[in-house]
Amino acid sequence: MRTIRFLLQKEFRQIFRNRSILAMVIVMPIMQLLILPLAANYEVKNINIAVIDNDHSSYSQKLITKITSSGYFKLTGYCFSFKQAYRLIETDTADLILEIPHDFERNLIRENEQKLFVAVNAINGTKANLGSVYLLNIIQDFNAEIRLQFIQPVRFNPQPVIDITSSNWYNPMLDYHVFMVPGILAVLVTMVGGFLTALNIVKEKEVGTIEQINVTPIKKYHFILGKLIPFWILGNVVFTLGLLVAWLVYGIVPVGSLFLLYGFIAVYLLAVSGFGLLISTFCESQQQAMFVMFFFIMIFILMGGLFTSIDSMPEWAKTVTKFNLVSYLIEIMRMIILKGSSFKNIVPQLGVIAVFALVFNGWAIFNYKKTS
Amino acid sequence: MSEIVIKTDKLTKRFGDFIAANEITFKVNKGEIFGFLGANGAGKTTAMRMLCGLSIPSSGQATIAGFDVYKQTEQIKKNIGYMSQKFSLYEDLTVLENINFFGGIYGLTDKELKTKSAQLIDQLGLQLQAKKLVASLPLGWKQKLSFSVAVLHEPKIVFLDEPTGGVDPVTRRQFWDLIYDAADRGVTIFVTTHYMDEAEYCNRISIMVDGVIKALDTPRNLKDTFHANNMDEVFYELARSAKRSE
Repeated sequence: MRTIRFLLQKEFRQIFRNRSILAMVIVMPIMQLLILPLAANYEVKNINIAVIDNDHSSYSQKLITKITSSGYFKLTGYCFSFKQAYRLIETDTADLILEIPHDFERNLIRENEQKLFVAVNAINGTKANLGSVYLLNIIQDFNAEIRLQFIQPVRFNPQPVIDITSSNWYNPMLDYHVFMVPGILAVLVTMVGGFLTALNIVKEKEVGTIEQINVTPIKKYHFILGKLIPFWILGNVVFTLGLLVAWLVYGIVPVGSLFLLYGFIAVYLLAVSGFGLLISTFCESQQQAMFVMFFFIMIFILMGGLFTSIDSMPEWAKTVTKFNLVSYLIEIMRMIILKGSSFKNIVPQLGVIAVFALVFNGWAIFNYKKTS
Repeated sequence: MSEIVIKTDKLTKRFGDFIAANEITFKVNKGEIFGFLGANGAGKTTAMRMLCGLSIPSSGQATIAGFDVYKQTEQIKKNIGYMSQKFSLYEDLTVLENINFFGGIYGLTDKELKTKSAQLIDQLGLQLQAKKLVASLPLGWKQKLSFSVAVLHEPKIVFLDEPTGGVDPVTRRQFWDLIYDAADRGVTIFVTTHYMDEAEYCNRISIMVDGVIKALDTPRNLKDTFHANNMDEVFYELARSAKRSE
């Protein structure tokens, strides 16, 4: 116990003297939580659309007005030929082309049928996809309006329509901040817990101070605990700061119990710091450790369910995410913060993370060699 | 009188095909200042690391303060102090904090720490620097501090790996005063150096060439054997046959 006291005292002195660590712990979570949720937004707005209006009728005008007034589209080109419009796609001025053919109005009224042509620039897949879906919706809506105007209302509507009303649970306004903030917070906690611990031991190796430690009769688990505890505490500080920002800036207050949330974070931080420690026992320089950690964290984040949904991944990828610490945290954060899940709901994930914590730390202690 | 504290028998360390230390055999008595000489790359540091329990030998036997270098590395560590070639105290801690930290790790009580650190700072003349970061100290003082930290827990043996490398002559002199003080208290000193004047300060010296101990005796006897006027000549005589270099 006494040894650990000295180790902690030393570690905290070093942390408080290291401005870059303090900046990472305090400034990074605040900045990232302020900026990222605003930027990383799935909602697609500002889709650039080019229209080729070959009809120049009041109906074609009406359709265009309807599209531009929806708020999703920005009319960046009003062209007279497809060639001209295609240019706009090539220069990235337009994401979509809508071509309104000749006799749009006439065919619509007289023949009751008209085709429109939509061309999509699919380089930005999400934008293109959502853009064309929005556009189709608007056109359908437009379609329904004209029908109402022109087709004589019959007693029994010949075309039954199913109108769907949906309600979004746990995030009623479909606010993307609500969805992103817990996820980003999860990533932040992982970065601080994982990177700082990994780099710390390796730095001692690089500078040579670990040699002076290794020649003392210190116990291996004392040393590892002395490294684990400070970064566990820092992780909790980051998490708390993050929760405060989420509350003050985005008004997100955990629906579930805070106690439960901190309980899970406590175990999670042990696991992720243990992972960092384990990496550090394999690396000789900070550069190596940085790259190895980066490799894993990158996969953790990209496959963690923050940017892409795990449910839509192929089977093999789902198997990989079972070993992804971050995916558990993101899931639990959303469960507790948004849904208000209780202890019973999170037991499986908590169990898995506890096992990871034991394995990583045990392995790190085993792998840390005082004698080569 | 001659209680043996370090005893090695054909101690060998191989790194792949390279034999860094080849069947080195010697004994060191309690309270002795034992100089461990050799050219760069001769295998001094490797040998020393084995004796400190930092590196497991490939073959051969050795006991340090009565403990086996294979199985009892942690007991060895309780009984030795070590000062590595590269300065390895914490630069971002103050002098006092370094002393307290290492003292604490070695299990000194708070009371012992207090008296010890005051005494050390006094002895080193670092009263004004006690609360300054170690990074701001000149090299000579850093080395003296390293040595003091290495003997803080009153070890039986202290291993010094080129403790005076890059240090000015005055500070080197002061450093050797510290070594003599420790030796007077019965601490065995095992020291490597490249300075031949320092070799003369040792009770006995060994000269290592290409991983093998080529000579081991008192400085006077060595000079006689090699018909040399000073240790420089002895060293040159032996070391020039070396095939290894950095």
